Amino acid sequence: MKNLPIALRMLRRNAHAGEARVLAAALFVAVAAVTTVGFFADRVRGALDQQANELLGGDLVVISDHPVPRPFVERAAAEGLATASTTTFPSMVAGSAGTSLAEIKAVSRAFPLRGRLRVAGPAAGADREAEGSPAPGTVWVAGPLVSRIGAAEGQAIRVGNATLAVAAVITREPDSVLDYFGIAPRVLMNEADLAATGLVQVGSRVTWRLLVAGDAKAVARYDEAMRPLLARGERIEGVRDSRSEVRVSLERAQRFLGLASLLSVVLASVAVALAARRFSIRQTDGAAMMRCLGAAQADIFAINAWQFVLLAAAGCAAGTAAGYGAQAVLAQWLTGFFSVALPAPGWRPAVQGAVIGMVLVLGFTLPPLLRLRNVPTLRVLRSDVAVAEPSSLVAYALGLGTLSALIVWQAGDLRLGAMSLGGFAAALGVAAAAGYALIRGLARLRAGASGPWRYGLANLRRRTGSSLVQVMALGVGIMAMLLLTLVRTDLIVKWQKSMPADMPNRFAINIQGDQLPLVKAYFAELGLATPDLYPMVRGRLVAIGDRPVSPASYEDQRARRLVEREFNLSWARDLRPDNRIVAGAWWNPRADDPQFSVEEGIAKTLSIRVGDTLAWDVGGTRFSARVTSLRKVEWDSFKANFFVIASPGLLERHPASWITSFHLPSGREEVVNRLVERFPNVSVIDLTAIMGQVKRISDQVSRAVEFVFLFAIAAGLVVLFAAITSTQDERVFEGAVMRTLGASRRQMVLTQLSEFLAIGLLAGMVAAAGAVGLALVLSERVLGVPYEFNWVVPVAGLLAGGAGVAIAGLLGTRRAVDSPPLAAIRALG
Amino acid sequence: MNAIRETQDDGALPAVQPVIVRAEGLTKQVSTPDHELTIVRGATFQVAAGESVAIVGASGSGKSTLLGLLAGLDVPTAGRVWIDGEELFAQDEDGRARLRGRLVGFVFQSFQLLPALTALENVMLPLELAGLADASARASRVLGQVGLADRLGHYPRQLSGGEQQRVAVARAFATEPKLLFADEPTGNLDSATGAQVIELLFAMNRERGTTLVLVTHDEALARRCDRRIAISAGVVEA
Ligand SMILES: Nc1ncnc2c1ncn2[C@@H]1O[C@H](COP(=O)(O)OP(=O)(O)O)[C@@H](O)[C@H]1O
Ligand SMILES: [Mg+2]
Repeated sequence: MKNLPIALRMLRRNAHAGEARVLAAALFVAVAAVTTVGFFADRVRGALDQQANELLGGDLVVISDHPVPRPFVERAAAEGLATASTTTFPSMVAGSAGTSLAEIKAVSRAFPLRGRLRVAGPAAGADREAEGSPAPGTVWVAGPLVSRIGAAEGQAIRVGNATLAVAAVITREPDSVLDYFGIAPRVLMNEADLAATGLVQVGSRVTWRLLVAGDAKAVARYDEAMRPLLARGERIEGVRDSRSEVRVSLERAQRFLGLASLLSVVLASVAVALAARRFSIRQTDGAAMMRCLGAAQADIFAINAWQFVLLAAAGCAAGTAAGYGAQAVLAQWLTGFFSVALPAPGWRPAVQGAVIGMVLVLGFTLPPLLRLRNVPTLRVLRSDVAVAEPSSLVAYALGLGTLSALIVWQAGDLRLGAMSLGGFAAALGVAAAAGYALIRGLARLRAGASGPWRYGLANLRRRTGSSLVQVMALGVGIMAMLLLTLVRTDLIVKWQKSMPADMPNRFAINIQGDQLPLVKAYFAELGLATPDLYPMVRGRLVAIGDRPVSPASYEDQRARRLVEREFNLSWARDLRPDNRIVAGAWWNPRADDPQFSVEEGIAKTLSIRVGDTLAWDVGGTRFSARVTSLRKVEWDSFKANFFVIASPGLLERHPASWITSFHLPSGREEVVNRLVERFPNVSVIDLTAIMGQVKRISDQVSRAVEFVFLFAIAAGLVVLFAAITSTQDERVFEGAVMRTLGASRRQMVLTQLSEFLAIGLLAGMVAAAGAVGLALVLSERVLGVPYEFNWVVPVAGLLAGGAGVAIAGLLGTRRAVDSPPLAAIRALG
Repeated sequence: MNAIRETQDDGALPAVQPVIVRAEGLTKQVSTPDHELTIVRGATFQVAAGESVAIVGASGSGKSTLLGLLAGLDVPTAGRVWIDGEELFAQDEDGRARLRGRLVGFVFQSFQLLPALTALENVMLPLELAGLADASARASRVLGQVGLADRLGHYPRQLSGGEQQRVAVARAFATEPKLLFADEPTGNLDSATGAQVIELLFAMNRERGTTLVLVTHDEALARRCDRRIAISAGVVEA
């Protein structure tokens, strides 16, 4: 502890004199970037979760085939959670113009807990957000019912024994849009009128739901407490348990944000390493003197480590504050962007920022600290005595190790973290090897170069080590910038393009086999593309191999729910181009042994492997066949997809209906009515609301990522600055010596220029190669869009590297060229 | 103290005098690209406690190297050194550092003050490193003795060369070392300022009975010492 006061005293002056400012600045920007990302991502993630919750109607839903037991309600109240209940069942409804099957939903006053319904105004005017839910005695009805049964606003309809007044027409219902197979149009009524309908009786097909919402921690506690208490026929769904589209969007969002913060961390480490090294070089003579005065190696280490730690603490605190401010500004800018208010950020990102700052400082200042520790005392007598440099790779191993751990942690996703890590490691390894070879190669060219160029290249070679560090640091910085600007735009554009404009927005279901040619012809008549029609048979999974399947055989809730329900089975001869085999092989169309192909996600959930035999029960008939392949399906393509597909010949004899998805251009909504008029048994489901949700989420994410990337660019600029100034002192001194020896300004500029240009071009090459490689991995592996080589990336890399570094370098070392030599020499003395 | 000095004239020390520095066969070789260069060759001598000794020789003759070896700032190729009876190179780097902190003070040609610390803090540094409690009071007292009582809060950059060297002298004496090494302490100073610093060095040497080992190529300065050790091309001439 005796070293702390010394460190404090030294730091006061060091910070004042500016030696530590670069380090503090690097750390400040690093931590600011990390915490801005953290705070903002925290809030965005919260908002995304909330928006996704809107789709669910609450944060968590208890679903039951009997009235939800009291303990579920009581526990929610005890946790201070808001609740709402819904009761849904199909029933015939009658209006002045006819009757129709409807999906009745009786809701409590608090419904919906998350999100709002939208209803059309008086006389089908522009739709607006609804206040709460229908008052007792009234119903809100889905559009199709208006004409089908005569249920316009003000008219009365009968629901069971009750007569209720239509008060509004529903245009958007947040919590039902994903239920493709909820066939009948919705009638929303007040729970208070439920008894009067007389429809809820023993044996009727009723689903009871308890919607729960509130503080995230309380919800999590509730989830944890109640799941074990679920009885038969009961289940709990959170946003993550359901709705593959939303989950995919959310996961993608989190990956993007994870990636963005990951880059900030890498940049931070480079800046910190460079700054710490420069700091330590400045402390070299002081350390030698302290050794001379009796300081042990441990004292030298401690005195300097304390300074770094103190600097880090200051940098982290300021950076965290700045990060908090920046995210507030950012949130302001995003006002109105989210349909929900951005939740306040948690404290976790602050801790995360502090931990990252400290870990970076300790991890990347260790080599310079070890170097100081080893300063030979003899330096007080002979300033030319070299300091033993710890082998940088070994010394930075701790830093790199912690950085790796950080990356994985930040990514919050082992796969993404490991992948990025592998990418960076490979890129840096290749960069180091290539950089070394190139520096040596260039240096060899110097014999053929003229005056200043020869000195410049000689300098490059003489400083092979530090040149290499600069090439790599700048390479990483430029690579990040390339990734953030060119590659990012490229990827985001491509990703958004991967959601095509003519993406299906309607499902037509319940088409009968004998209607297929007619439906196809009618689509053509309406001027729509011929739809792909898929057969569908509903069946229950009874056994996997010789294991009988029942909900009780699974721990996992999702698995339980899946096997509780009937599956939609389909059959196909050929593999669809938008499905991809990930295990096994698709059947030969001519093979006649029955086979199944199973979607990989559900196979994992239900532990189905290639080679397993699946036994099914379809309408009382049992049959089985082997699984010969697993498929990857793009759920967010909004095409009809199936968990299980059978080879031809297995399902054809069972009663089937056909399903298709199609794109209905806006303005042609009348087509739906005509289609339904022509084929009354067919139901058309409108997907635009859910698609709107998914698109909004992805738009929000890309906006957020863009902002977050801006920060990483700032961090990249700090790296650039740190890298250039890391050799500034040396250059100023050399410049002064050259001046003294009569070098002209032009000669000096050229000498510097040639060295910087070489470093910049090498860094540009490293950066371009790295950016292309990473983009390839990211786009193919993370985003799932094919990568196309973009030649602008390497060109921009070389330009940014060469020109950028040369200009920045010359500016940074202007002092070397412009100041009178004696002043320059003395300033360093 | 005076008794010791009276025995100086013939350069031989009576065995009864306490020896503070003893060098035996001290040799330093370095490898250069084409051959082995011997900078110091077989230096053997003793310095008695309280003595002041000038190491003299031409520039490049190996004076600084020898001084560095005596203080344990560098490791010899061969030979041994005892400081106050402790064998210097039998210890590790940190052991030597501790020994220096306890027994040795330094003054260098280039002052070697830490630019980050004020005059007072520079003088406090060795006291704090030694873990002494009243570092600040002692340091300001010594700075007062070298005439810098009013410059305590100044940084090296704000001080003239002579003042900086006086701070360095104060730092050297602050721990009350038994032994003071000085390598051309006036080399970077004009002659008047240099003379002042020398006066100071000798005054403090006298007052505290500190042994002074001083490297110089300045004949006048060498003459002020009790004894001289001449070195030429790395060989000590007795
Ligand atoms: N580490 C070393 N490597 C090569 N030569 C050295 C080294 N240290 C000292 N020398 C050389 O040894 C000679 C003596 O140096 P030094 O002790 O500094 O002389 P002095 O202080 O007497 O001027 C000089 O020629 C110097 O260049
Ligand atoms: Mg010398």
